[in-house]
Amino acid sequence: MLATPPVIEKTKIAVKDLNFFYGKFHALKGINLEIPEKKVTAFIGPSGCGKSTLLRIFNRMFELYPEQRAEGQILLDGEDLLTSKEDVALLRAKVGMVFQKPTPFPMSIYDNIAFGVKLFENLNATDMEERVEWALRKSALWTEVKDKLHQSGSSLSGGQQQRLCIARGIAIKPEVLLLDEPCSALDPISTAKVEELIVELKEDYTVVIVTHNMQQAARCSDYTAYMYLGDLVEFGATEQMFFKPTRKETEDYITGRFG
Amino acid sequence: MPEKHLSTQFDSELTSVSSQVMEMGGLVESQIRQAIYSLSQFSMEATEQVSANEARVNAMEVEIDHALSSIIARRQPTARDLRLLIAISKTTANLERVGDEAEKIARMVRSIIQSGAPRSLPSLELRVAADLASGLLNKALDAFARLDVNAAVTILKEDDLIDQEFDGFVRKLVTYMMEDPRTISPSLDLLFLAKAIERIGDHSKNIAEFIIYVVKGEDIRHTSMEKIESVVR
Repeated sequence: MLATPPVIEKTKIAVKDLNFFYGKFHALKGINLEIPEKKVTAFIGPSGCGKSTLLRIFNRMFELYPEQRAEGQILLDGEDLLTSKEDVALLRAKVGMVFQKPTPFPMSIYDNIAFGVKLFENLNATDMEERVEWALRKSALWTEVKDKLHQSGSSLSGGQQQRLCIARGIAIKPEVLLLDEPCSALDPISTAKVEELIVELKEDYTVVIVTHNMQQAARCSDYTAYMYLGDLVEFGATEQMFFKPTRKETEDYITGRFG
Repeated sequence: MPEKHLSTQFDSELTSVSSQVMEMGGLVESQIRQAIYSLSQFSMEATEQVSANEARVNAMEVEIDHALSSIIARRQPTARDLRLLIAISKTTANLERVGDEAEKIARMVRSIIQSGAPRSLPSLELRVAADLASGLLNKALDAFARLDVNAAVTILKEDDLIDQEFDGFVRKLVTYMMEDPRTISPSLDLLFLAKAIERIGDHSKNIAEFIIYVVKGEDIRHTSMEKIESVVR
């Protein structure tokens, strides 16, 4: 299906012949693609195209539901995470996720971040404080919250809450960060901050973002995949996808001719 | 653009700006026709008509650029839409320059008329070249309206013909000037005229190149004909 497979330096996640079913519904059909390391890869496509489904397979989120099943391979650094015997909690420490709506835990800003870290690491108080500050600085939230770390996370604005969730995600130092519509509930300024953050995060992480906002994909991703009805229609360098896509279906969608 | 956008407003904005380009193209074409007529008839009146259209052409370029900026700001066009808008902007700049060349021709003709007795000079060849150039512009605009890449390639090839005419004409003028130094001054006017006509051909060629850019997404400026044909095929 790939008309223009992009040149990728190093693959972080390789998806091979992936099929996914919600009960009898065939939601993803023979997906093959390679997600490059330390780049931002965006998934775009109309509602129901399977982009969020794909994202949720990357950290085995779907296993929460017995009627859902995935066939094929998803190689994270060469190891198939679908058949891996590794504890799913460890996988999710490596592959973090931020959801559409901000989901701060009902605890302080500080504890929102420390909570996840405590599950995987045994840090002393000083190291933990450093880690919390590091995560908050990295997610461009530190200056706004440094004087109220012990206030509730839900006291923050929507945009701040979302950056808190990103801080929580990166505090455990994952390798991959999955963002599912991270800005859809945010105002333009918060959106711009999160987008800035996404571009900075790729210094250290592989970022995969699902977005309904095509301009967002155009602004902050290096690679873009267009999906439709469970198929990967086209995957290529973002600049090329938005300037001269190879497939007519992609062009129709990104130019707003999709009916 | 064959298929419609989800936003009919976007479609009508694109249609409106495209028809403005065609209107501007029509105005420029009539400027050239008047300029050629003034050249063949040594008509002072025709030269004045060319100049009269100049202000309108300039105003249209500004109007179209404004419409383009507005569409880009409001619609964030991508892919083919984006290429079309860039191509329109460049096309109008070229059309405005063609208008300037027509104006230049009119000015030269005026100067030749005022210098008196220019009819011994070989203006016939010039008219042939001028007809070629104005025909080329007409074809370029027609191809732009239909986004016809094959027609665009033909235009690129025809521009070479005009360039050849120009070279031949320059050689001829040199002969005239050597034979009779009194023809030097009007010959120089004719040389500038020929140059203006040759430039019209070049601008038409540029417009043809933008058609290929819109349709194929390839910038084929400053490349070889082989490359262009491989892009279009």
